[in-house]
Amino acid sequence: MAGGQTSTEYIQHHLQNWTYGKLPAGYTRYDGTVLQETTWTNAHSSQEAKDMGFSAVHVDTLGWSIVLGALFIFVFSRVAKKATSDTPKGLQSFVELIVSFVDSTVKDTFHYKNRMIAPMGLTIFCWVFIMNFMDLIPVDWLPLLAGKIAGDSHFFFKVVPTTDPNATLGMAIGVFLLMIFFSIQQKGPIGFIKELTFHPFAPPTKGAGLLIAPVMIAINFILEFVSLIAKPISLGLRLFGNLYAGEMIFILIALMFSAGLVFGLFGGVLQWAWAVFHILVITLQAFVFMVLTTVYMAMAYDNHDESH
Amino acid sequence: MNINLTLIGQTLTFFIFVWFCAKFVWPALIGVMAEREKKIADGLQAAERADKDLELAQKEATKQLHDAKEQAATIVDQANKRAAQIVDEAKEQAKAEGERLITAAKAEIEQEANRAKEDLRGQVATLALAGAEKILGQSIDAKAHNELVSKLSAQL
Repeated sequence: MAGGQTSTEYIQHHLQNWTYGKLPAGYTRYDGTVLQETTWTNAHSSQEAKDMGFSAVHVDTLGWSIVLGALFIFVFSRVAKKATSDTPKGLQSFVELIVSFVDSTVKDTFHYKNRMIAPMGLTIFCWVFIMNFMDLIPVDWLPLLAGKIAGDSHFFFKVVPTTDPNATLGMAIGVFLLMIFFSIQQKGPIGFIKELTFHPFAPPTKGAGLLIAPVMIAINFILEFVSLIAKPISLGLRLFGNLYAGEMIFILIALMFSAGLVFGLFGGVLQWAWAVFHILVITLQAFVFMVLTTVYMAMAYDNHDESH
Repeated sequence: MNINLTLIGQTLTFFIFVWFCAKFVWPALIGVMAEREKKIADGLQAAERADKDLELAQKEATKQLHDAKEQAATIVDQANKRAAQIVDEAKEQAKAEGERLITAAKAEIEQEANRAKEDLRGQVATLALAGAEKILGQSIDAKAHNELVSKLSAQL
C-alpha cells in the first residue's frame, strides 16, 4: 500500500486506469484549480477519469495490449520466418504445438473455407492469454515501478488489459463486425435481414395469415436482434468478468501484506494458491474466447434456409 | 471502468494483429507443417518401399545362392562322371592295346613258328635227301624228286 492509503483507496487506486482524456473548460480539477479552456490531460482521480466521458483513452490498457500483442506477433513471425520443415527445435516446436492445436480446434467448429478464421483464432488465443497472464504478476510490482518512473506514487497503472471492459468489448466488437460482414457476404443483405426477421417463427406467406405476418416478423426481429447483440456483449463481458474478479481477489490478498507478519505470510500462501488456480482460468478464458469467436463465425456462415 | 475511446482503439488493434497474423504468421507456419507432414509421409513410404526392396533382394540372393550351389553340384557331378569316363576309357584303351599287343605277339609267334616250320621243312627235305642219298648211295636228282620232296615237306 503506497503512502498511507486506506484499504478502500488502495483498491480504488488499483482499479483505476491511466486515463488520458479531454476535460472541458471550467472544470474543477482534483487540486481545486479551474481549467480555463478544454484540455487533454492525464486524469488524477477516478472522478476526473469519469468526467472525461468517451473522449479519453486508457493509455495503460491500450499500451499493454499493443505491447503484448506485438510480442506475440514478433515471436511468432520470427519463428515463422525461420521455420524449416526439418526436425523442429525449441521455440518452433512450441509454436507449432499451439498452431496445430488452434488449427484442429477451429477445424472442429468451422467447416467452411475461410483463410482468416484460423489465424484469428490463433491471434485471439495467444493475445488474450498473454494479456491475461499479466494478472499473475504480483499486483503491486508494475504499478509501483510505473509510479517511481512517473515520480507520482498515485500514478494510475493497470497492467492487465483484459480487466478493462474497453479491451474485451473492443475485441468483441471486432468479432461482431466480422460476424456481420461474413453474414452479409455469405447470405447477401436480403438473406441477412431475412435471418433476423423470418426466424424462429416463419410468417405465413399467403392467405389470411398474411395479416399476422408483420406481427410475427416484429417478434422474430426482437428475438433475433437481442440474441445477435447478446453475442458480442456476452463474449466481452465473460472475459472481463473472469479476469476482473481474479484481479480483485489478488488485490484483496495483497491488502494482507500490510497487515502484519502473520497475515502477510498467510497472504503470500493465498496469493500463490490463487495464482496457481488462476493459471487455469486465464488459459480457459483465452480458449473460450477463441472457440466462441469461431462458433460465431460458423454461425455467420450457416445458412438457415438450407437447413430448413 | 469507463467506456471510452479505448474501445475503438482496441478494436483497431485487434484487426491489425489479426490481419498481420493471417498475412505473415499463419500461412508460413501452416505451410512448413504441411511440408513436414508430406516429408514424413514420403519418408515412411520410402522406408516401406526400401523394406520391400530389401526383402526382394534377400529372396533374390537366396535364390542365386541356391542356384549357384545347384550349379556347383552339377559341375562336380559332371566332373566326377567325366573322370570316371576317362578312367573307363583309359582302361578300355589299355585293354584294347593289351589285346592288340597280345594278338600281335601271337601273330608274330605264329609267324615265327611257321617260319621255323618252313626252315625245318626245308632242312627236313635236305636231311631226307641227304639220308636217302646215303641210303641209296647215289645222288638223287634233285630235280627229279623235287615233287616228292615238296609233298613230303607239305605234310610236315
